Amino acid sequence: MEAYFDNSATTRVFDCVKDAVIQAMTVDYGNAAARHMKGVEAENIIKEAKKEIAKSLKVQEKEILFTSGGTESNNLALIGTALANKRAGKHLITSAVEHASIYNTMAFLEEEGFEITYLPVDSFGCISLTDLEQAVREDTILVSIMYVNNEIGAVEPVEEISRCIKKKNPRTVFHVDAIQAYGKYQIRPKKQGIDLLSVSGHKIHGPKGVGFLYIDEKVKIRPLIYGGGQQKGMRSGTENVPGCAGLGAAVKEIYTNHSQRIEALYGLRERLIAGLKTIDGVTINGHEDRKNAPQIVSASFEGIRSEVLLHALEERGIYVSSGSACSSNHPGVSGTLKGIGVKKELLDSTLRFSFGVFNTPEEVDYAIEVLKELLPVLRRYRAR
Amino acid sequence: MFQSFLIKYAEIGIKGKNRYLFEDALMSHIHHALKRLDGQFTVTKESGRIYAHAAEEFDYDEVVDALKCVFGVAAICPLVRIEDQGFEDLKKQVIRYIDETYPDKNFTFKVNARRVNKQYPGSSEQINRDLGEVILETFPETKVNVHNPDVLLNVEIRSKGINIYSRIIPGPGGMPVGTNGKAMLLLSGGIDSPVAGYMIAKRGVTIEATYFHAPPYTSERAKQKVVDLAREVSRYSGPIKLHVVNFTDIQLYIYDKCPHEELTIIMRRYMMKIAEELAKKDNCLGLITGESIGQVASQTVHSLAVTNEVCTLPVFRPVIGFDKQDIVDIALKIGTYETSIEPYEDCCTIFVAKHPVTKPVLEKIQKSERNLEEKIDEMMKEAIETAEIVWC
Repeated sequence: MEAYFDNSATTRVFDCVKDAVIQAMTVDYGNAAARHMKGVEAENIIKEAKKEIAKSLKVQEKEILFTSGGTESNNLALIGTALANKRAGKHLITSAVEHASIYNTMAFLEEEGFEITYLPVDSFGCISLTDLEQAVREDTILVSIMYVNNEIGAVEPVEEISRCIKKKNPRTVFHVDAIQAYGKYQIRPKKQGIDLLSVSGHKIHGPKGVGFLYIDEKVKIRPLIYGGGQQKGMRSGTENVPGCAGLGAAVKEIYTNHSQRIEALYGLRERLIAGLKTIDGVTINGHEDRKNAPQIVSASFEGIRSEVLLHALEERGIYVSSGSACSSNHPGVSGTLKGIGVKKELLDSTLRFSFGVFNTPEEVDYAIEVLKELLPVLRRYRAR
Repeated sequence: MFQSFLIKYAEIGIKGKNRYLFEDALMSHIHHALKRLDGQFTVTKESGRIYAHAAEEFDYDEVVDALKCVFGVAAICPLVRIEDQGFEDLKKQVIRYIDETYPDKNFTFKVNARRVNKQYPGSSEQINRDLGEVILETFPETKVNVHNPDVLLNVEIRSKGINIYSRIIPGPGGMPVGTNGKAMLLLSGGIDSPVAGYMIAKRGVTIEATYFHAPPYTSERAKQKVVDLAREVSRYSGPIKLHVVNFTDIQLYIYDKCPHEELTIIMRRYMMKIAEELAKKDNCLGLITGESIGQVASQTVHSLAVTNEVCTLPVFRPVIGFDKQDIVDIALKIGTYETSIEPYEDCCTIFVAKHPVTKPVLEKIQKSERNLEEKIDEMMKEAIETAEIVWC
């Protein structure tokens, strides 16, 4: 049996996404900026995709900007806002457990003379509103907080965070990294007070290399990429029509029968957690109940190196990641796990299981069965 | 401008009656190295010299880089070959050659003419003088220096045409691979073993390699890294047959049955045994390791002696007396360093004891190994039989 439990790293695309991409590559392959019919067809594909996305967030189409994915969206949100607002202030706030595409971008801004405040998190991975309130100042131009943490699935109360920021400084822009949240939650930027929102296509069964940034029409940001002035000059470069087509199709599909889909993910999550609890020496990180995101289970396995367990599971067709896949290339300790206070000896013993729409309860049962078989053997052999 | 390369070889020139074997091997390696590139090349042997000619357009730098990887090549001289259309024409060609090859004319030179074709009018001396004169006239910034010139301009007058060359690019030296038997390299993912393989291949030895894979303790990426390393060494050594041995069961068996501080040394003895079996099956005449005295606990002189004891084939350890930095320098030069430092764990480090033995005593190790008697032969046989072969 094969069980792909690494959907927070990336997902298999929906069949409708594959079809949309092929159609855009082979039939409607025009340049969206071209004046002729082929160009118009391509432009229509982009408009359709934009419409679908705008509908999913209940925002205006013109507030959606296509990017190459989550990392670019995050870079643009941070650097673009910082550049456009540096006269108003040079202070930014974020949390200590953000994705690399946030904290490395913040580090870049710090080098460029901006001041960054990093808020600590509690044992469930959430920031404290009191800390936030104290941190927001007159010269704070941006606060960036992730909606769902990519390593443990902690969910931040974005609406309350926004209220807290705006009460203190109404001019501060609020950016939300929603890369692990979009497709899992009904996100309403206008209602929740989100000014900028980053999304990636391939986490929701769409294509890699495409994503978007929602930019509230009142927010000013500077582009990062210059050229032929596509997307109203906000992001030059020939539009990735196949990517947009695929992303539009994925958005439509993921938000169809949405509550059933989320129920199914929670079902898998709860089934896995119940199974893990029958095994000795396993700790679940983050909330076990539905306060946590539906797709992520972070579990620490006492006395086993996560990488060894990962490869042992791989031999049995089960694919998971150690810590966060995005930082797995750089062995080192996970920021989130450390941030929530996971015990030192468990930091290197933690796996992330992440579900997608194609997973089944049978796969979860299989994983539990395999874990029960592997753990005693792996625990016997360790560096003494 | 250059269409041909004169390839000089040093050591193989002295091999007496076997010389033609070495030359033929060298020619064949040059041919293979060039075959992978864009363009048509012919490799010929003319009066004891090897030439590579390009029949059409080619990328000069690419050819030089490829020839620099062929063991046995002492130097590469890019040359211009012209037809004999009289001495006046030769003068013009020489001027053109100098002009195009040396944009900065501020150098000293010496002309070295050779009349291989004895029918050619004048003496070599006279030709040297006449060509020198015309160069000095055309490029007044140049100066003659017969003892230590910056540019030694060679003009070889042959019956088939005239070769003009002055640039000498050093080759890797060594001897053509395949002229000196075959040996089995124990290839880990580290810095030392690819260097060791390179060094032995440079002496004309064909290389095979054995890698010990320990899933799930070592990853697919660690294996891919070793495949990549073998490919990098193969740029010099020619294709490498890599044997990937699954070593997990043996390693765990040793873990269960032997004192933990002896794990690494015992493991290495079994690695040597398995590599030797594979070597013998493929007619390899020796083993190659990247061991260097004192680098780690398993490479103290005591440990090396204990490891070596299981081998009947000679073990070549070309970096045995090298400091780490010396090995790193070679790895950087041959291009394996970047791959070697990728951070994937190899099977030697996974269960390593905090305090492994550094002065193992053979009798004691042998006594510990008696605990393995029940299953180890069967396990070794299985490991050898199930070894996966990857051509790199």
